[in-house]
Amino acid sequence: MATVSQPAETPLVLGGLTPAEVTRRVAGIVEQKTPRAWWAAFAFTGSLTLVLFAMLGYLVTTGIGVWGNNSPVGWAFDITNFVFWIGIGHAGTLISAILYLFRQRWRTSINRFAEAMTIFAVTCAAIFPLFHVGRPWRAYWLFPVPNEWSGMWPNFRSPLVWDVFAVSTYFTVSLLFWYLGLVPDLATLRDRARTRARQIIYGILSLGWRGSARHWNHYEMAYLLLAGLSTPLVLSVHSIVSFDFAVSLLPGWHATIFPPYFVAGAIFSGFAMVVTLMVIARWFFGLHHLVTMKHLENMNKVMLATGLIVGYAYAVEFFIAWYSGNPFERFAFLNRALGPYAWAYWIMVACNVLVPQLFWFRRIRTSVPAMFVISLLVNVGMWFERFVIIVTSLHRDFLPAAWGMFRPTWVDLLTLAGSFGLFLTLFLLFVRFLPMISMSEVKAMMAAEETP
Amino acid sequence: MKQVQADAAPRKLYGVAAEFETPADLLAAIRALRQRGYARLDALTPFPVHGLNEALGLRRSPLGWAALAAGLAGASGALLLQWWTGAVAYPVVVGGKPYFAVEPSVPVTFELAVLLASFAAVLGMLALNGLPRFYHAAFHHTRYQRASDDAFLLVVESDGPGFDAARAAEALRTLGGQHVEILEEECDRPS
Repeated sequence: MATVSQPAETPLVLGGLTPAEVTRRVAGIVEQKTPRAWWAAFAFTGSLTLVLFAMLGYLVTTGIGVWGNNSPVGWAFDITNFVFWIGIGHAGTLISAILYLFRQRWRTSINRFAEAMTIFAVTCAAIFPLFHVGRPWRAYWLFPVPNEWSGMWPNFRSPLVWDVFAVSTYFTVSLLFWYLGLVPDLATLRDRARTRARQIIYGILSLGWRGSARHWNHYEMAYLLLAGLSTPLVLSVHSIVSFDFAVSLLPGWHATIFPPYFVAGAIFSGFAMVVTLMVIARWFFGLHHLVTMKHLENMNKVMLATGLIVGYAYAVEFFIAWYSGNPFERFAFLNRALGPYAWAYWIMVACNVLVPQLFWFRRIRTSVPAMFVISLLVNVGMWFERFVIIVTSLHRDFLPAAWGMFRPTWVDLLTLAGSFGLFLTLFLLFVRFLPMISMSEVKAMMAAEETP
Repeated sequence: MKQVQADAAPRKLYGVAAEFETPADLLAAIRALRQRGYARLDALTPFPVHGLNEALGLRRSPLGWAALAAGLAGASGALLLQWWTGAVAYPVVVGGKPYFAVEPSVPVTFELAVLLASFAAVLGMLALNGLPRFYHAAFHHTRYQRASDDAFLLVVESDGPGFDAARAAEALRTLGGQHVEILEEECDRPS
């Protein structure tokens, strides 16, 4: 059975693993005694999370002025971080939904991991606009629900309200998709559970799944539908995020290229984050047989491709600024490259356009240390991209009398650091308590590869 | 025939189940059983087995229709909401824009359509499968744990026409099924 005509491609599961070994390896990570290094990492990221909560508490009790936002720079770190984290999430949906529809089998080992990343990234993202409204306890005004001003409703002509709907839908659907995929694996954990507590917890979470053929029939249809629904959804989310800028009349923001440019950037940064985290998890948990070099190389290729799209978008922005003949547009872009925030602009260009070109070389594409460093640099570059778009467009208003500068306060910096703490803490909890690789999907893929 | 069964057996039967090692063995056994007239079969598998729906004669899941209906409801509800709040309940001029127009209503309409369709797909899947359901007779099979790991259980269900537990068990055994067990609906399970 195992030696049926192997396709010429590199296999996606190495080491001749049997389905039982897949279960043992993946479920074993959840069932083993908590490694010491996990506790060390958790202590660190947990402390950072507490820093985030402290900063948010300070903001709420003191006022939005503890951030460096000012007039004219009314959006700064908060919206930069929001767009950054939302973008990170997009790779998860791309891997789980779009690659599923395209029948890219290599997605199978990494989709669970990437979907978890999506949910945690969107959680971090949602914090920033929520607290940027200044009075987060009034956040329900964003939704069309009756409030204390009877008869007052959200302004549906505003992109900011579209954003509320896009992000909350995205979070909800991603969570549904992720949980749907988890149910059969939770049943596996339930069946393997040795302690009463695990039996009850995984028993409840797995909803009594028993893998009946009739279950799978509806399940696969539900999975396909969610993949089909998530695909346009993920494209819509970052398009709508870009409308926050593009629908305004500000030079540097008011551009029709924004939706595709933002979506490509989101996928670019998201894949970089998947590679960063996957390299660590693969090394720490010894998942080399399941997450192979082919998986990593494919992700690096996606980064190379989307990085080129992003670089092209940067060039087009400049071209259109010149070609429009609009002096304000021209000034906005010259100011980006040569003005007081030129350092941020050139960090962005170096990290997003130049560094990924190294992935043209196979040796670099398949080197774990090299891809780890490059993926970190891409994350830095993509954060600066949002910073450049937001802050450089705002800080030079139409009249020089209204010009200003933005400098982050210590609260800004610690809130950003704290959001990484929250993201990583959620991730550590995920790898500790849930199967980070979809066992049922890997086994189905192995069965399909044996009988093409 | 059914009446006789119910009288003979003190407890209600769920069916007879046997373990098979590979998807190919499972599919071969299902085809053989269906040829012999066993109509009510089920399989418990650790992953969706390609060709199982066809072998068991399962119809295509109707979930797509549920998602379509929910998506249309979401889209029309969203349009109604945006029109009513913007043009009827709370008309405010903002930037000279019309109170209601289709173009700025597209994003929210799309998002709500996707949201409702997704819920319909997931909740519909659970409803059609009768989940959550924390007890099932299939859990009594001694090899049940392997059905979520690497083995395949084939069940001849008791509600099929002319079901006879002994004959079904014999049929499963001759087709190569291991651990053939009769599963009862209720059982005093030692905790």
